[in-house]
Amino acid sequence: MKTMDLPLDVTERIAFRLRTLYRKYGYTQYKMSKFEEYDLYARNKDFLLSENVITFTDLSGKLMALKPDVTLSIVKNSRDDAQGLQKLYYHENVYRVSKNSQGFREIQQVGLETLGNIDDYCILEVLQLAAQSLAEISDDSILEISHLGLMSSLTQDLSSDQKAEIFRCVGSKNLHELDAVCKAAGVQEETAQLIKALASIGGAPETVLPKVRALLGDNKPLQLLEQVSAILGDKIRIDFSQVDDIHYYNGIVFKGFIRGVPNAVLSGGQYDKLMRKMKRESSAIGFAVYMDLLERLEQELPEYDVDTVLLYSDESIAEVSAAAKALMDAGQSVAVYRQIPEGLRYREAKTVR
Amino acid sequence: MKPILNVALPKGRLGEKVYAMMEKAGFSCPAIYENNRKLIFENPEKGVRYFWVKPSDVAIYVERGTADIGIVGKDILLEYAPDVYELLDLNIGKCRMAVAAPKGFRDDQRRTLRVATKFSNIAARHYLSKGRDIDIIHLNGSIEVAPILGLSDVIVDIVETGTTLKENDLEVKETIVPISARLIANKASYKFQSDTIDYVTQSIASQVEETND
Repeated sequence: MKTMDLPLDVTERIAFRLRTLYRKYGYTQYKMSKFEEYDLYARNKDFLLSENVITFTDLSGKLMALKPDVTLSIVKNSRDDAQGLQKLYYHENVYRVSKNSQGFREIQQVGLETLGNIDDYCILEVLQLAAQSLAEISDDSILEISHLGLMSSLTQDLSSDQKAEIFRCVGSKNLHELDAVCKAAGVQEETAQLIKALASIGGAPETVLPKVRALLGDNKPLQLLEQVSAILGDKIRIDFSQVDDIHYYNGIVFKGFIRGVPNAVLSGGQYDKLMRKMKRESSAIGFAVYMDLLERLEQELPEYDVDTVLLYSDESIAEVSAAAKALMDAGQSVAVYRQIPEGLRYREAKTVR
Repeated sequence: MKPILNVALPKGRLGEKVYAMMEKAGFSCPAIYENNRKLIFENPEKGVRYFWVKPSDVAIYVERGTADIGIVGKDILLEYAPDVYELLDLNIGKCRMAVAAPKGFRDDQRRTLRVATKFSNIAARHYLSKGRDIDIIHLNGSIEVAPILGLSDVIVDIVETGTTLKENDLEVKETIVPISARLIANKASYKFQSDTIDYVTQSIASQVEETND
């Protein structure tokens, strides 16, 4: 049976396909069955999508948390091997405030992480898997890639407050305020113009990357972007306004968009800075797919809830059971009732006799 | 088929001004002049759909992707911090966010300052940066009466000409931030329609510059 034919809803089907995809690339599943101490999340709360975490005390009185995120646990629980390489994927429930609702939700999250000695091939592979994950979800998707190295090199002399202000403007493509903010931070006119130019650049790699080369000259991040773009093809966009989470990420960062969903459904990047914060020697790159955002994807409602409604009144239970079994053996789904429930959609109604 | 560009316009003078700019940019929709009760107008030929919404709701429509672009005051962006691109300062609908108080008011530092406002987050951030402890009273309108009736010590509100303040014996004590209308875009829509949205931005930017010259 193909997965298309299974009676799964849209998120279950996508999760199934993504797991199959990651296994194909030799990623092994990471299962989380115990709880982390709240402290792990409190120390890295900027890394989380929302800082609200559900907490409880365990039997020894320690403050524990229901996981709002899987990456932190993977980093904490995997061995720190800067020479080797570990490739892991996960499919877990996380507990956090959903973007579109007040209050906590249980949210399915699928994702993968590569930890260890990250070279250019590892980066390419993760980007390919991100692009293919999007393709599994929809035919109309875009993977947007940025490299934090370029923007950081322009702002390295600034204080973290000044950087935060500049990145806030860059992140919202707010070029009109960027001028004033750069001036207030004492950024040299020439550098300010470069930041502004970089923030406004966005589009297909073949138009964007030559512009960057003209602006900044040859550099490592640019070479990497050129290499991966050549291989990834036409489903990607380059956009340097993607600068979130500068405290955790370095190098390549990316986000995936699906037409019809107003927020990024996939998000990831290389997070060596998080690794250092957690006292790890190795590097890491990974991404997560936010399954809660896919609920709204269009899906066809099945025409019927059930094939046959089987109605009974005073027949013996053996008769009812036999009649239902006969229909099921003929390959139909059968709902047995005394009277037809309101609102049930069915192909035909039968009585036991 | 070209995808439709969904534009959320704020009801009122500002929205009408911006529609005129959109028309000049080549996104006309003559139906908009016909019937004043309808809220949604579409011109499939030009690939555009407009809808009139409450000014403070524009950012919600854009953030959730129902509208691809919209026009919104900087006050709303500062207050609700929606996750959108802020592409352009239109330099129209200019006013300022200010602290106002009854004439002759002096801040008594020994007490918690009571601040009445529609813009709780802006007020909280402003006083946090000054290290002043405040009590925020969130109101939905007629903020000016709060200090007169003793509900609050000061108000944080939008000031355009200052006439309303003057008539209620209030005066501006300090300006928090200047406000004007901004063009915003949904971050996901921008990826899929960046050519159209960039074109609209450029065209409106050049119209804004012309009027400034």
